[in-house]
Amino acid sequence: MKPIVQYKEIHKSFGDTHVLKGINLDINPTEKLAIIGPSGSGKTTIIRLLMTLEEPSDGDIIVDGTNLWKIEAGGKEKKANEKHLSKVRNDIGMVFQHFNLFPHKTILENCVVPLVNVRKMNKKEAAELAENMLERVGLGDKYDSYPSQLSGGQKQRVAMARALVMKPKIMLFDEVTSALDPELVGEVLEVIRDLAEHEDMAMVLVTHEMDFALEIADRVLFLDEGVIAEEGTADEVINKSDNPRLQDFLKRFRGETVTGQ
Amino acid sequence: MFDSALNILSYLSQGLGTTVSLFLAATLLAFIIAFVAGLCRIVKNPLIRGFTMFYVELFRGTSLIVQLFWLYYAIPILFNIHLGSNWWIGVIAIALNYGAYMSEVVRSSILAVDKGQTEAAIALNLSRVQRMRHIILPQALRLMLPEFGNYSIQILKGTALVSLIGLTDILYYGDIYRSTNLSEGPLAYFMVLVMYFIIALPLIWLSKKGEKIAKRGVAG
Repeated sequence: MKPIVQYKEIHKSFGDTHVLKGINLDINPTEKLAIIGPSGSGKTTIIRLLMTLEEPSDGDIIVDGTNLWKIEAGGKEKKANEKHLSKVRNDIGMVFQHFNLFPHKTILENCVVPLVNVRKMNKKEAAELAENMLERVGLGDKYDSYPSQLSGGQKQRVAMARALVMKPKIMLFDEVTSALDPELVGEVLEVIRDLAEHEDMAMVLVTHEMDFALEIADRVLFLDEGVIAEEGTADEVINKSDNPRLQDFLKRFRGETVTGQ
Repeated sequence: MFDSALNILSYLSQGLGTTVSLFLAATLLAFIIAFVAGLCRIVKNPLIRGFTMFYVELFRGTSLIVQLFWLYYAIPILFNIHLGSNWWIGVIAIALNYGAYMSEVVRSSILAVDKGQTEAAIALNLSRVQRMRHIILPQALRLMLPEFGNYSIQILKGTALVSLIGLTDILYYGDIYRSTNLSEGPLAYFMVLVMYFIIALPLIWLSKKGEKIAKRGVAG
């Protein structure tokens, strides 16, 4: 199967901090990929580069055969312009840790705005599609609510519906449960589980939910100090690896979870 | 006493039209300048940014009355440019001056909108203009409202300077009245204050309302 996303020797620095140190990664079109690792390891940066929220310092990202950050102009390689980025971005959607819903719009409008402006749908079509999607994430009775009237779990489900109506081929989830109260995590994971089971799109989850990653991911990456330190099936990485840094990370993580309860 | 107060009031009201029309026109123009300059301060092009910054600092850093004299007395002689009647010169000088201040409000309000909003809009593939128009500006506008209310009151008070370039506004008639009725000077100026205050009342009310909208605007 031809990969839908390829990272080739990707480096990223913020000032003097070298966050990603040569990432090589292929993502298949229907793959459910989980990225785990200590905070500061560069997990989030990996998907932010793909969403065009950050620019790589070096290397190439190929999306569906197209170089994301570079274009050819007169036989020379040039930095991609907004028009090019926008074309590639069409296939990618993202859900954020802090939801980032538009607070001045109702949750229905949150979903309708991109459909009308980007997909050029008429308002009625857009509203119908948005209503269906909100229904699917269990918010069929909240169309006219504003984000401030919702719980964190509900906000995150709206954010997912908003990304999904755009029918992306690749969905990125950036620690989507870390800002939630523990009792609200389940309802969000439930939606992701449903997507993983029923949708063909590629999904990349940056997550702290180890058990959840184990359950739905086809493949797990362990990122450590800017490199992919371990990768394999969830079972291989989480249960069978003898990488000491990974062991340490898992132990600390499980320890925290236990004391947390 | 009461009679002469009413008498003064009706005398001053000859200048009401000038003050109010000047205020409305200058405020409208100042808003437009504020938005254009505020947006120019955040574009990528360094030339546009630099030029706008020069304008803002020049007009914030010098006094309105000197700017008024420049436009009225100096520029026509130096460059042979005539900006029109003295009413227009008053409008333009006040708008340029307060537009410079207000452009800072526009700029800082836009920058104060959470960065996550831009990121979500990029992730949904809205274009730069769409992001500004549908996502950032509506939220920034709420942050601007209280400050805009304050500045509109400032503009009203600023219009009192135009009597110095020969416009017949409220203060002008107050001065004339005092010079012909010297003993009633204090009362004349008191009534001038009363008139400005009455015109400012709806503006005070509006900026209070603006504050309320701003407060409930962008939470969550």
